[in-house]
Amino acid sequence: MIRFERVSKRYPNGREALSQLSFEVANGEMAFLTGRSGAGKSTVLKLIALLERPTRGVLTVNGINTAKLPARRIPLFRRGLGVVFQDHRLLMDRPVFDNVALPLIVADVSFREIDRRVRAALDQVGLLGKERSVPLELSIGEQQRVGIARAVVSKPPLLIADEPTGNLDAALAAEVMGLFRRFNEVGVTVMIATHDVHLVRESGLREITLASGSLDASSPVLPAIAAVR
Amino acid sequence: MTGRLFNWGTRHGHALVSTAGHLARHRIATALTVLAISLALALPLALNVVVDNIRAAGGSFADAIGLSVYLKPGTSEQRARALAADARARAGVASVTLITAAQGLAQLRKQAGVGTALDILPDNPLPAVLEVRPNASSAVPSRLDALRSQLAAEPEVDSVQLDRDWAVRFHAILELARRGLLISAALLAAGAVAVIGNTIRLEIASRGAEIEVTRLVGGSNAFVRRPFLYAGVLYGLGAGLVAWAIVAMAGAILADQAQRLAAAYGGAFALHGPSARDLGMLLGAGAALGWLGAAIAAGRQLARTLPRRHV
Repeated sequence: MIRFERVSKRYPNGREALSQLSFEVANGEMAFLTGRSGAGKSTVLKLIALLERPTRGVLTVNGINTAKLPARRIPLFRRGLGVVFQDHRLLMDRPVFDNVALPLIVADVSFREIDRRVRAALDQVGLLGKERSVPLELSIGEQQRVGIARAVVSKPPLLIADEPTGNLDAALAAEVMGLFRRFNEVGVTVMIATHDVHLVRESGLREITLASGSLDASSPVLPAIAAVR
Repeated sequence: MTGRLFNWGTRHGHALVSTAGHLARHRIATALTVLAISLALALPLALNVVVDNIRAAGGSFADAIGLSVYLKPGTSEQRARALAADARARAGVASVTLITAAQGLAQLRKQAGVGTALDILPDNPLPAVLEVRPNASSAVPSRLDALRSQLAAEPEVDSVQLDRDWAVRFHAILELARRGLLISAALLAAGAVAVIGNTIRLEIASRGAEIEVTRLVGGSNAFVRRPFLYAGVLYGLGAGLVAWAIVAMAGAILADQAQRLAAAYGGAFALHGPSARDLGMLLGAGAALGWLGAAIAAGRQLARTLPRRHV
């Protein structure tokens, strides 16, 4: 689903965020992207979401070579991707329903279908009944869950999350992780960037550790990655 | 196929309704923008109304213009009547009055002190005259000239006199007013586009976070732009309506005074305000200019947020 092949990313100010990074995440896999702040986790996610393009190397997402994708096809590409942010990025002046429905509205889905899917997504995150509420009326945990509902409402094959539990306490964090695992169980590929090492270790799932823009050789790596290298 | 049409409809309907709601919620800001643009549109409309009224006024004074067609002496009355009938049939001619030699003499005799002098003359020296009045639309110098040469071409016609100075002056003024109108309309249209463009630009800047999220979930440029384009169109329509109302009110206020002025000149003159057709044109122009301003502003700003390679 995701393949980084010697990807480098250098910014105009000279900073090299990624350096010859190579790894692979298979379809239906759930993996964590770990590392200290500045190691390159956010950059990896930005490249996957095509917010930026690699300076060098090849990044393939869901079979598509991102370097070859023309700008006008990017919106369509992004519709196959669910993104969860640390700061939820909800539209505060709109009700929850409108927020969750956004990915469907941009995809021209019919109103009836939007209604059905939004309710289904809210149900999955346990917020059915809050459609009319405005994000300001919700707790942090609920806001984060709305963000997750928005990310999965269009049933994307790939879900990426940037520090989704950053603002949550341990109990809520565990709840959110539970949600991600449920999505993974139905076949969604999930990649979560986090520096909550405890959470990662507890999950027992694969960990891709970054250090200074490339893979940290000292982290517990599964044989699959060594093979890509 | 109807599915796609339906989709197009819901897409645009959704954008239109949500934009209208947004504008309605920020009443003061919307009102100020609409007022600014409407003033820009009101001026060309007012000039247009003035020009129309001048033209109408000129039309009623067209009676003053006439061609005097002098026939050669010795032309028979029968022939003169035939020529008068021909002239009447010409395009652009409102009326033709034949003054035969005898009638001319009788009129002259009425003038004091002339009667006895005329008795001395053996023959009637006066020729027959056709007084040709053009209709309002032919009272332009070019048509008058054409009419004059046509009439002069008749074998029995001796000469044709035409007081065209008045027509020339009037039309020069009208032409000047019309050109002034075009230039000012172009300038003010550009002004309206600038005001709308700037307003939309500020709107986009203030809704940056929303636009970013929409982009991230896969909203295309067209999708993001649509509500702003509709905002531009709505501003333009609103401004057109307000501009028309402003000029209509001004016209109503001035109509009274204009009538008194006309009466002082001995004419009856009613000032026309802007017409329903003017309203239609203004709404159309407003919508088009609004769309244009929004498209320019949105195009520039939204293009900046595409992924870059940073090589």
